[in-house]
Amino acid sequence: MTEITILKDKEKGRLGSQEILLNLGPQHPSTHGVLQLVLELDGEIVERVSPNIGYLHRGTEKLAETFTYTQIIPLTDRLDYVCPPTSNQAFVLGVEKLLDIEAPERAQYIRVMMSELARISGHLLIVGALPMDLGAMTTLLYTMREREMIMDIMEMISGARMHTSFCRVGGVREDLPEGAIKRILEFCEILPNRLIDYERLIAKNRIFLSRTQNVGVVGPEDAVDIGLSGPNLRASGVDWDIRRDCPYEIYDRLDFNVILRENGDCYDRWMCRVDEMRESVRMILQCIEQMPDGKFQVDIPTIAFPVDKDLLSHSMETHIHHFELSAYGFKVPKGEVYVPIEAPKGELGFYMISDGTEKPTRFKVRAPSFVNLQALETGTTNMKYLADVVAMLGSLDPVIAEVDK
Amino acid sequence: MEAPTFVSHILQTFEGRVRNDGAGIDMHCLTVTLDHLVDLCRFLKEDPLLQFNFLSDLCGVDHHPEEDRYEVVYHLFSIPLQHRLRLKCRLKDTAEDIAPALPTVTGVWRTANWHERETYDMYGIVFSDHPNLQRIYMWDGFEGFPMRKDFPVRGYKDIYNPFGPEKSGE
Repeated sequence: MTEITILKDKEKGRLGSQEILLNLGPQHPSTHGVLQLVLELDGEIVERVSPNIGYLHRGTEKLAETFTYTQIIPLTDRLDYVCPPTSNQAFVLGVEKLLDIEAPERAQYIRVMMSELARISGHLLIVGALPMDLGAMTTLLYTMREREMIMDIMEMISGARMHTSFCRVGGVREDLPEGAIKRILEFCEILPNRLIDYERLIAKNRIFLSRTQNVGVVGPEDAVDIGLSGPNLRASGVDWDIRRDCPYEIYDRLDFNVILRENGDCYDRWMCRVDEMRESVRMILQCIEQMPDGKFQVDIPTIAFPVDKDLLSHSMETHIHHFELSAYGFKVPKGEVYVPIEAPKGELGFYMISDGTEKPTRFKVRAPSFVNLQALETGTTNMKYLADVVAMLGSLDPVIAEVDK
Repeated sequence: MEAPTFVSHILQTFEGRVRNDGAGIDMHCLTVTLDHLVDLCRFLKEDPLLQFNFLSDLCGVDHHPEEDRYEVVYHLFSIPLQHRLRLKCRLKDTAEDIAPALPTVTGVWRTANWHERETYDMYGIVFSDHPNLQRIYMWDGFEGFPMRKDFPVRGYKDIYNPFGPEKSGE
């Protein structure tokens, strides 16, 4: 519902000089979830934007303090539900650092491959949704077609289309199923051509250009100051990508370019994502090429479930470990850790404090969408008209579930 | 992890006012008292050897039932020099109903605005001189601070939660 309140008459008698308060959301198709924007308008000119968040607050951090580390993995899925494998990866990397273990190589390749697939799926959504917010419905229908292919691949690998929960501390849940690689290769062959189609469809569309170019410009200093990260920051010309600069897992073995744009407007943020998908396809192909055979889980019975399920009926020791792990979880040494990764939305990290038990005493999510959304507040960009707010919001690509935690 | 070279530079400039908390497994950690917090933050951001221009994260921690239970943790990152630092500020306990206060760093990094609002909302830690210190996740009429360790996970007893614990003192 959109509710309008007339604030005051600026100058009586003049046409269009009334200042009004407009509530955009919390139920509005262009807010990508339940987000409320309180806008102070002078005619069509926006004087103040105050985002009002918290409609989807589920208390993930509080809940996590009562869960064991394995139980938290599904909670991280529900943060950025558009691309859950990256959240899983960030979380297990942190716990692995606390435990001082490393997943086997094959598991690392599988995780990175799934994260890149997730990045494509997240970017596909916004590459279609931004034009839709601005009135071009067609692109979203096409990008959803490609996104469905990723969903099918995810379902094939993990059994779930969205909330995969595939990463485990010390590896992944299962090995890749037969035929998965073939499906991914097929997808990688199809996608680049489809990206050309999207660009042909929308990238030079005059209406799209005039709605996004030089709209919502964020300068490089402002972008860093406001805490933007990921594609939003790189669209402003700041050359920083955690995958390249502080490589985690096997990113240092992959050859890829970091996409940089200069203007920092809505169009550049959109284009940045289109180009990043091409790089992700390259990375997935390299992962498949380099992926070694071997274990997909660490061989530590107190942390990981046995790979050979037959052992459960033969070996008493395995049985005991299995019971303890299911019933109580594993203990994590005392300490604190913050491991940031490059999620599709930006820097995602989990700050965890362990007191030596099976549950963390503090679990803090550094949610990139939450920080990115601050750029909407007044004074950061050159947003002027009401229509610009919609373009700006869409191009920042917030997932409200992640904003609200 | 070995201590990075910039740590001795900070310790020299802020001799006696900053304590070295030792190397964590992921990054180095320093402790500061709240009187010198903003000075230190400005120095960290502006010194050419440090250039911590990106505030990754800011959060509160509740060490209940220890003494001086609240702590605020800052995670800093320098985009030009690619190094990270964790900064901690422990707050002295105050009388029961007055929430502890510390100076805001929104003047140094604008991104701290929402982070500090979140910390206030969840822990009741007040940031003095903050431009807009309101609740961010919970609604305005909400009583209590949900992330505090003595706040029940499922909330206090009310009409929606008939089996929750009673609020003490009522």
